[in-house]
Amino acid sequence: MKHILLGASALALTASMAMAQNTGITIGDQLEPPHLDPTAGAAGAIDNVVYINIYEGLTEFASDGSVIPALAKSWEISDDGLTYTFTLQSGVKFHDGSDLTASDVVWSLNRARAEDSVNAQKVLFANIADVSAPDDTTVVVTLSTPTGNFLFNMAWGDAVILNEGDDIEALKSAPNGTGAFTFTNWVQGDSITMTRNENYWGDPALLETVTIKYISDPVAAFNAVMGGEVDAFPTFPAPENLPQFDADPRFTVIVGSTEGETILSTNNKMPPFDNPLVRKALAHAIDRNAIIDGAMFGYGTPIGTHFAPHNPAYLDLTAQSNYDPDLARQLLAEAGFADGFTTTLKLPPPSYARRGGEIIAAQLRAVGIETEVTNLEWGAWLEEVFKGKDFGLTIVSHTEPMDIGIYANPDYYFQYDSADFQALMDDLNGATDPAARTGILQAAQRMIADDYVNGYLFQLAKTGVANADIRGLWENAPTQGSNLSEVYWAE
Amino acid sequence: MKRAFSMPGFAIGFCMAIVFVAAALLSFFWTPYATDGVDIVNKLRPPAAGNWFGTDQYGRDILSMLMVGARTSIAVAVVAVGIGMGLGVPLGLAAAAQKGSLIDEILMRGNDLVFAFPALLIAILITAVFGPSAVNAIIAIGIFNIPVFARLSRGAALSLWTRDFVLSARVAGKGALRISVEHILPNITNLLIVQGTIQFSLGILAEAALSYIGLGAQPPMPSWGRMLADSQTMISFAPHLALFPGAAIVLTVLGLNLMGDALRDLFDPKINRER
Amino acid sequence: MLIFTLKRLLSLGLSLIAASVVIFVVVEIIPGDPARLMLGINATQDAVDALRSQMGLDQGLLARYWLWVSGMLQGDFGISYTYRVPVVEMVQGRVWVSLPLALYALLLSTVIAFPIGIIAAAKRGSWADWLVMGGTQLGVAIPNFWFAMIMVNIFALKYQWFSPGGFPGWDDPALAVKALTLPAFVLALPQASILARVMRSALLDTLSEDFMRTARAKGRTAKGAMVHHALRNAMIPVLTIIGLQFSFLLAGAIIIEKVFFLPGLGSMIFTAITQRDLIVVESVVMLLVFAVILVTFLVDITYALVDPRLRRRP
Repeated sequence: MKHILLGASALALTASMAMAQNTGITIGDQLEPPHLDPTAGAAGAIDNVVYINIYEGLTEFASDGSVIPALAKSWEISDDGLTYTFTLQSGVKFHDGSDLTASDVVWSLNRARAEDSVNAQKVLFANIADVSAPDDTTVVVTLSTPTGNFLFNMAWGDAVILNEGDDIEALKSAPNGTGAFTFTNWVQGDSITMTRNENYWGDPALLETVTIKYISDPVAAFNAVMGGEVDAFPTFPAPENLPQFDADPRFTVIVGSTEGETILSTNNKMPPFDNPLVRKALAHAIDRNAIIDGAMFGYGTPIGTHFAPHNPAYLDLTAQSNYDPDLARQLLAEAGFADGFTTTLKLPPPSYARRGGEIIAAQLRAVGIETEVTNLEWGAWLEEVFKGKDFGLTIVSHTEPMDIGIYANPDYYFQYDSADFQALMDDLNGATDPAARTGILQAAQRMIADDYVNGYLFQLAKTGVANADIRGLWENAPTQGSNLSEVYWAE
Repeated sequence: MKRAFSMPGFAIGFCMAIVFVAAALLSFFWTPYATDGVDIVNKLRPPAAGNWFGTDQYGRDILSMLMVGARTSIAVAVVAVGIGMGLGVPLGLAAAAQKGSLIDEILMRGNDLVFAFPALLIAILITAVFGPSAVNAIIAIGIFNIPVFARLSRGAALSLWTRDFVLSARVAGKGALRISVEHILPNITNLLIVQGTIQFSLGILAEAALSYIGLGAQPPMPSWGRMLADSQTMISFAPHLALFPGAAIVLTVLGLNLMGDALRDLFDPKINRER
Repeated sequence: MLIFTLKRLLSLGLSLIAASVVIFVVVEIIPGDPARLMLGINATQDAVDALRSQMGLDQGLLARYWLWVSGMLQGDFGISYTYRVPVVEMVQGRVWVSLPLALYALLLSTVIAFPIGIIAAAKRGSWADWLVMGGTQLGVAIPNFWFAMIMVNIFALKYQWFSPGGFPGWDDPALAVKALTLPAFVLALPQASILARVMRSALLDTLSEDFMRTARAKGRTAKGAMVHHALRNAMIPVLTIIGLQFSFLLAGAIIIEKVFFLPGLGSMIFTAITQRDLIVVESVVMLLVFAVILVTFLVDITYALVDPRLRRRP
């Protein structure tokens, strides 16, 4: 027993020795992934490690959110928008040494869309009718209906390409991708280490090693950055500490945007929230600025609909649900709740939810709505709120990019059921013309704002902190995960 | 009682504890500011004339929060002690009355079993199962008080059962139940009071710890432990947020412990003689 | 003695069985589906069901209990739902944080408590005694997580004498000890306070006994009497407390491990609960309970060896 142990710690030793200044970096993150297969789990924490760095897709997101070529160096789209012909990069090798061929792509996509697939974003592949490989570097994807954002879909972490025939179970703890870093070691509950892939097909990574250290507690995160235990914390959990980092010349604070629409999710099927007047009252009872200021210490952009403000198609609809407690009381009276009512407010762990919840509870109380607040761990939240739909209100940040489509699913946990909206999303899926798409997206934004489906609070800011000598970290978070191969130490 | 107050430890401890009990009671009728609203504009004010202890991250008055928080701490600890005494003492007395019987054996093994579980661990499990709330915190803490009182009252009762006045009661034909209630219980009251004080202070510490890790009282109910948890990322630029709730816990627990120790000295003739 | 040991062993076995049933039942009713948690909020029900059967979660309760217990008896603690690695491997890494932390805290507690307990007893009634008694009262009353917050802010962030948390591993023992010093001290403080008080009253008890008076009468100096007789006799209650404290420290470090983000058993249980990693929760809790029961057993046996009267337990 003891020998095994010594062996394990020796491994940790080599890992930490190699991480001398300038060639390695330790990055802090709050949530540890359950496993490392991005095609078999939605946890953003998986993508934070493997996306782009270890696994790549046909396309990928750049730091500004645009979709760029990755394993597919080019593609052609047929005039009817149904056939995509991808040409793969040549000379791409998986970390185990095997070559990437078109059949790997066919296998990966077919696996993701199969009946028994455990892919968490199966909808990304729903319109694929057929995938074939005419030769080793060409992949032809045929769609059942035109899908305007198919290339965008293929850039998701859930659509990365795996090596055909790999043991899927083994990949969960030892990923085998094509990216600029190879997986080295995982000390469960503590850290994951990646090493530069010397045989990378593209530009090699600038750092030799990247260690991602898991620190869930905000205080511990603060101490770890202050004490130099971690070099960067790209999504720092305690915004109140950022001014201190900002004032300290050893650190830089990186503030950017995320795809996280933070909303007061409302159970549209549960009385009294099935009444649009009540939802409208809710919207006017909430003071967004107080929430951003009190919960996020000023970091965050107010939103009036479920759409990211940095997206060109965004409409600022915040005025439609401005803070007006008197109007809220009046609306409640109109709806027959002059004396208010009591509902539940179930909060997942992130501080935007816990703190935002405390402020919202006070604001709702001011217009006569009493809330029973329950703090839940993610597991219980998924069970009770997301799956069981046993909630009145909850606060959560929807971090998937371009996810307005969730409003077309009447079974989604907030249970918004509108035939008009569902028709709108069908139109969107068929539209490939950018202007037409923008028009539809804006109509969709208006519709959910007019129906006051949820309380729209703010777009989550990406607030990170890093050693002042680190360059190349992504400022924004267009998706979960970021490209770490461009990160380096100045000096 | 008079004798108790002549002991400096008791007098000091009593004064400390009574301040918090009084604050908790007063908070039912009056607090300097309301604690159920937020006032973001006035957040994180340092202690000053208007807010003696400053304001928290939501602009709430910390003194008012402490007063209402005292209510939570005291209520949780008192009820937990109540559970422990209410169940533990009868069990202990029954075990002593039936010494050596199967009941006695089962009770004592059950006690050992509960003691084998690290208290905090089982409290975490209980709140993980039933959800975090003040009520579940009470249950979790209360469960651990049961064997404490059961063991204490069994041990004390056992020695009383051999005493003459109990023997004469038995000769007079009184049943075990009647003897336990009429003769044993009054004679172990002092012991129970001492232990109750100690468990009370332990209960306050336990409630604070559970609330600190988010498993105790839930918002908007103010709680000392949760105030500390919420403030810890701000301790470096707003130390008053952590200072006052922490001091409140320390002073209350210290007061109760001083009282408990003084009472023990008072009630225990052996130690009394020694000092 | 043999019969006594056998009886205690039987009781140890029964306690373990009872504990395992209690733990299993409690943990199994923790709400939340581990499979759903692993797949995330947008996973389809089919995907979740597929994973559930893969993880063996669709088997009956009794079958799972038997699998768990029989596995543990063979040293197999099952496979973590979350990480898909054997729990034994995860525990091995953690034990070398929690165990040294507990031992370190125990050492600090003893080192602090012995001298001040002795001084307080020797100079009973003096200002030193008062100081010790007051200080130990304070030590018991301070919530250790709050104390930890303050210590970190002063000694790790402001002066940077110690690391504010984390654990670098045992490759460099000096660094490891440095990382454990602050958490061990925070853990040790209330224990040291209790121990010092026990030490003091145990010494006072023995000092008043007849053989001490005899020793003094025979011309031993106060100091000599203290060292030769009182200390030795006071050791029994003191060792009891130390035995109890060890199991407490091993399990009671959950909060402290969290504050200092140490990768120990306590923080492992805590994360496992939030991840609904039931098999890890069950196994580690069982392990800790086993440790406590075992220590109690050893203490009992030691007593019986030292003092034969105790073999007939009341």
